[in-house]
Amino acid sequence: MAQSSFKGGVHPEDYKEMTSSLAIVKMPLPGKVVVPMQQHIGAPCELLADVEKIEKGCSVKAGQKLGDNKGFVSAPVHAPTSGTVVDIGPYNHPLGMKITAVTIEPDGKDEWADNIKPAGNLEDLSPDDIRKVVREAGIVGLGGATFPAHVKLSPPEGKPIDVVIINGAECEPYLTADHRVMLEKSEEIIFGLKTMIKALGAAEGIIGIENNKPDAQKVMESLVAEEENIRVCSLPTKYPQGAEKMLINVTTGRIVPAGELPMEVGVVNHNVGTAVAITQAIREGKPLVERILTVTGLGVNEPANLQVRLGTLASEVLEYCGGLKETTVKLLMGGPMMGLAQPNTDIPIIKGTSGILALTDEDVSLSESSPCIRCAKCVSVCPMSLMPTSIAKAAEHGDFKRAEKLYGLDCFECGCCSYICPSKIPLVQWIRIGKNEIMKSKKS
Amino acid sequence: MNINGKLIVSSSPHIRSVETIQSVMIDVMIALFPAALMAVFLFGYRALLTIIIAVAAAMLTEAIWRRKRDIFSDGSAAVTGLLLALILPATVPWWLVIVGSVSAIVVGKQVFGGIGYNIFNPALVGRAILVVSWGGHMAGDIWPSPQPFAFGYDISVVTGATVLAAPEKAVTFSLPELFIGNIAGSLGETSALALLIGGVWLVYKGHIDLRIPGGFIGTVFVIGVLFGGGFYGNIYMTGLFHVLAGGVMIGAIYMATDFVTTPVTPGGRLIFGIGCGLITMLIRLWGALPEGVTFGILLMNAFTPIIDNFTIPQRFGGVKKSA
Repeated sequence: MAQSSFKGGVHPEDYKEMTSSLAIVKMPLPGKVVVPMQQHIGAPCELLADVEKIEKGCSVKAGQKLGDNKGFVSAPVHAPTSGTVVDIGPYNHPLGMKITAVTIEPDGKDEWADNIKPAGNLEDLSPDDIRKVVREAGIVGLGGATFPAHVKLSPPEGKPIDVVIINGAECEPYLTADHRVMLEKSEEIIFGLKTMIKALGAAEGIIGIENNKPDAQKVMESLVAEEENIRVCSLPTKYPQGAEKMLINVTTGRIVPAGELPMEVGVVNHNVGTAVAITQAIREGKPLVERILTVTGLGVNEPANLQVRLGTLASEVLEYCGGLKETTVKLLMGGPMMGLAQPNTDIPIIKGTSGILALTDEDVSLSESSPCIRCAKCVSVCPMSLMPTSIAKAAEHGDFKRAEKLYGLDCFECGCCSYICPSKIPLVQWIRIGKNEIMKSKKS
Repeated sequence: MNINGKLIVSSSPHIRSVETIQSVMIDVMIALFPAALMAVFLFGYRALLTIIIAVAAAMLTEAIWRRKRDIFSDGSAAVTGLLLALILPATVPWWLVIVGSVSAIVVGKQVFGGIGYNIFNPALVGRAILVVSWGGHMAGDIWPSPQPFAFGYDISVVTGATVLAAPEKAVTFSLPELFIGNIAGSLGETSALALLIGGVWLVYKGHIDLRIPGGFIGTVFVIGVLFGGGFYGNIYMTGLFHVLAGGVMIGAIYMATDFVTTPVTPGGRLIFGIGCGLITMLIRLWGALPEGVTFGILLMNAFTPIIDNFTIPQRFGGVKKSA
């Protein structure tokens, strides 16, 4: 049964009112798009130099495949618009490194490739057809984890899935993209959910929405009123409600065993944006070449919810939003709890970019850390019931065996511990170091 | 504007709560305010003087030790000084207060590396040193009686026997008197009411875990009921007497909950509280001293690391579902 809440979590200021009432605006075609070969978890794409003859100087159509990988856990990347390939080579990536990318100069015509056509009626499509469409469309988890969507629609033998959960929690402060998608693309979410239910042979669909978005709850509820097997679940507003294990726990009462995937308890999660992307792939044959994101923060002059082509540079997006204020000290891709800080704005929007956030010196805490006073607030807020202070200390002392014994690998880096710490110790950072070292020792 | 090159790159999360060590320490001082006020009401100027001297000496000692000009700093030294003052008798000479504060900060805390690294509760270390070394000045069997409304506390008429030295004679105090605090005892320990008000504030602010005071007070009550001797009419009243008399309330709410020296695990905190109550009652009923709170907590402080190690909480999803 559903539960009222999960253990732990924090309540940061959410600043969602800056953008929650702003309708999604379609940003005009950018002057340049940069498409990295890796925008997902799994095997990186290889440039389709032979099959599609992608090379410097060639012209491409919107939706044309630029890179792919034969591996199962991977997702192809496509040209976001028509134009000329002006460069192929390493380019800045939100993950903080340079990754091979195809740079396209749009021709402004936005012509779509010939093979872009509807996949057919959902009734006529088999689960395998659906998986193929989703894979070929390059759809990945749009909440930020970017796990290839078709993999989650392909449960292994003996692991039947009975529940599909659509994640509309959007628990990260500041971000409102999913909120707007639920208000403006609600019908597409339901269609996407039905598609997933069909692909998985599931019995039930649940749409989980935090109760700080009553308007979205209402819209979705009215749409599923007639549906027997789909319901909307109101979630308590608490970070990290959108984390899959917490979401599953609150909506179904099920507990995903430590170290296992949701499939283990017969559940699959997908973000609302992913559901919309699947709908568009089925109905229009469109691969994933654009997404909705929130551009916000006190450092942005005109905050907005934007629909942008993938590959658009952050600099162009920010310019479209009136530029940055002088007081900006941090630029994030994603939310303030789990987002990645960027060293500059010459970085492309990728499939997992849920927001661009400009924080000013007012929002960013840069104080030095003090010694741990063992207040155990990190222990009480950890949604995984870990001991962050002890894991962090073990990692700091280089005792990675102890970090592992304290279940360091179960940490999914939500950041609640660092957030709450009165001594301002970068606990997650130490735990990440610990996790890396544990993984290294396992591989060797 | 060109922001490139000015951006800070660091690991997530990028926002932090407003709480700091200093804000937590200020909250603790606010919580101790009713008890301090009650101390001045009951023990007059001697209470006020003891508090001021203890707090000032603690802050000064810490600032000198750390060679920092910021005398308040994180506020932890002030809390130590205040707590120490509240567990001293009204008759304590001023120089002994200074000795206690300096001992608390230096021996109790700084020799281990300062805040966060000490093993024993600093205020209790200070008190323990005074009890052991200057027993004659630290009361013992005879404790100063309160003189409500008399700011000019008359030190020559302090003959109230502590209720704990001869519990069977304690019936001269009614339980409501024990609750309000109009009894002989240390400056800030006598009023359960004032201590509870502060305790509610600390729970509201999320600074104390009820498992510790709950385990502590619950254990004292149960042992008091079972082995207390059944005065006050019935055995349950005896249990209540042991909770309200002496230092159990101030110890359970403010000392056994000290962050640094107590376990961080939920289960460990319960064990810690129960252990404090157990040792306190062992000393009270069968030991050589009338009161056992100080050594009860100090002994359990020593067990904190090992308790933490044996009570690592079950992680989310840690129990495999039976198929």
